[in-house]
Amino acid sequence: MIDKIRSADRRRVGFLTSIGDRWGALPKWQKAIGVAALLVFVYTLPYLGKLPGGLMIPGLNNLRTDSIAGGNNWAGVLFVCAIYVLVAIGLNVVVGLAGLLDLGYIGFFAIGAYSVALFGSVNSPVVKWIQQEFDLPPTWAVTWGICLLLAIVLTMISGVLLGWPTLRLRGDYLAIVTLGFGEIIRIVARNATGVTNGPVGISAIPGPEGPPSADNKVFGLIDAKPWYWLAITFVLLMVILVRRLEHSRVGRAWLAVREDEDAAAVMGVYPFKFKLWAFAMGAALGGLSGFLFGSRNAFIDPTQFNANLSILFVAMVVVGGSGNMLGVSLGAVLLAYLPERFRDFADYRWLVFGLAMVLVMILRPQGLIPSRRRARELKDRAAEAEEAPAHV
Amino acid sequence: MHFDELIGHLGQHTVDGLSKGAIYALIALGYTLVYGVLRLINFAHSEVFMVGTFAVLILWNQLGVQNNPPIGQAILFLVLGLIVAAVASGGTALALERVAYRPLRRKNAPPLIFLITAIGLSLVFVELFGQVLPKLLGGALPDVFGRPRQIIGMPTIIQQETLFTIGNTAITNIQLIVFVAAVAMMALLDWFINRTRYGRGVRAVAQNPETAALMGVNQERVIMLIFVLGGIMAGAAALLWSMRFGFTQNSIGFVLGLKAFTAAVLGGIGNLRGALLGGLFLGIVEVYGATLFASNWEDVIAFVVLIVVLMFRPTGLLGESLGRARA
Repeated sequence: MIDKIRSADRRRVGFLTSIGDRWGALPKWQKAIGVAALLVFVYTLPYLGKLPGGLMIPGLNNLRTDSIAGGNNWAGVLFVCAIYVLVAIGLNVVVGLAGLLDLGYIGFFAIGAYSVALFGSVNSPVVKWIQQEFDLPPTWAVTWGICLLLAIVLTMISGVLLGWPTLRLRGDYLAIVTLGFGEIIRIVARNATGVTNGPVGISAIPGPEGPPSADNKVFGLIDAKPWYWLAITFVLLMVILVRRLEHSRVGRAWLAVREDEDAAAVMGVYPFKFKLWAFAMGAALGGLSGFLFGSRNAFIDPTQFNANLSILFVAMVVVGGSGNMLGVSLGAVLLAYLPERFRDFADYRWLVFGLAMVLVMILRPQGLIPSRRRARELKDRAAEAEEAPAHV
Repeated sequence: MHFDELIGHLGQHTVDGLSKGAIYALIALGYTLVYGVLRLINFAHSEVFMVGTFAVLILWNQLGVQNNPPIGQAILFLVLGLIVAAVASGGTALALERVAYRPLRRKNAPPLIFLITAIGLSLVFVELFGQVLPKLLGGALPDVFGRPRQIIGMPTIIQQETLFTIGNTAITNIQLIVFVAAVAMMALLDWFINRTRYGRGVRAVAQNPETAALMGVNQERVIMLIFVLGGIMAGAAALLWSMRFGFTQNSIGFVLGLKAFTAAVLGGIGNLRGALLGGLFLGIVEVYGATLFASNWEDVIAFVVLIVVLMFRPTGLLGESLGRARA
């Protein structure tokens, strides 16, 4: 049975790689058409199976989450998928490229969300304090665009602050320490009532058009489509950015450090510097994602940043195929979309995520769409194990 | 900051911390044993403990235990609870090893793959006891698996009473039982590892797996043994927890497991006596810290301790070694 699955899987991977090779061999204009088609598809996803005129396409319509009883708004689900893809891309830099297991990613997500809440909302104690200190009107708050910059800068700083003392640790210790970091952020958000409003949470978090209100023409509370388009635009920008980084000197250094830290150091790549860089980069992407989450939700409280989410994020990366951006994006979309579409299974989703992680790790540690390099690395280790069976 | 409160009742806080730390220490042993031999953090060990508490819960529920039973019965319930919890936890730990870790070891998977698998397993167990069993067994055992994910209370086996007071420090019977039982279990384990034939095998594999194999030590059996031993200790911790705190929940393992891991690292992971020292130390630090600041910062204190230890003394207080085998 397992052998059958394995051979089918090998055929599937062969098929995927041949697609990859064929894509690489296409002439440039055909590639451009392909990319344009993908863009059109991604941006028109909110209309999947349900065109603006009210026209339904029966087969495709069933893919929508609002096609089932009690299903969530389709564009809203797409928005969540998009911000999870952003998280997966960021975590992929840390886990997939630099090989550092970060179990506290929710901490950065939370810091991103809290940056827009604390500085952008008129209800936040921080904004109130600034108003008092500088005699500003009670409607004053930091604008959305500056909050965006703040979110990115603050998460990068927190990434460096966390990474500075801990990145010298062994990989498995680092994982546990980051897990602790995620919990600390949540507990601080809950307990520091004077800054974060504690368990009460912060409401009236602004969007691109300012604080949430019924007058907002585009980024309102009800229609999620503009939010999805905003998020997917950020995703595409970040994909380009990370892709460029991956194929730069920095990206090669990350891979070198992941595969053999000592060898990398001997070749003149200072591991600590690049690990810290990966951590800061990953943190910034997590923060950006949290920022979008906070601004779309317009309300956040500490219970939304549970440690389980960190594990969900890691599951997205490892199930999708760590090191491969397409793979991790697929992982993110699957893990966000499936429980929404199949609501009967929503109660069991954590069980299924856990099982998926275990099964993928045992049967297929390189993930659904593997990074070729990573798959080779794992194969090498398995071959070494066969040569020296006594070694643990 | 409540310095006066801390200094005024220093003895009381120390006793509270010790009895709390004893439970951390028992769980920490599971991390330390597995790490000492396999160099692997068994992240799912917290769930081994959780399964133990549920085993005690189901046993007491099935025996129809009421609050405050007569002393003879109470002892019987505790002993039976210890056996059942040890079997359940030991079995769970063994199952983890056989189902998940062994295939990975065969493939010589990198440590992070082990860790991710362990996290997945941990999630699976939490959900099994939080979501699946309540639906499957909710009808058969309504007092145990009523609603998903709820906190489940257990009967009081021993009524808390102050045994004696030294100065203004009151020591209760439960604190004394927890502390003595935990130290006794650890002494037993220490004797087993350092004085018996099987223990020698464990130390040999920890020291050098290849040489141990050449000397005729069955490595797979040693690995199974350490998982079972760690599980038994977690089972004992589960019984003590049930007796002292009288409740359990499917998600109980997460924070407790992190603290036990902190205790293991604090004492020097891989070092049995270190786990005891680390557990007691962490318990005391936590109680002191909670008194100084506020009790809702308690969980942060453990993590801060962990980060500080790893930064300044990653080998822990007593150094990393199993049975003084490695220099």
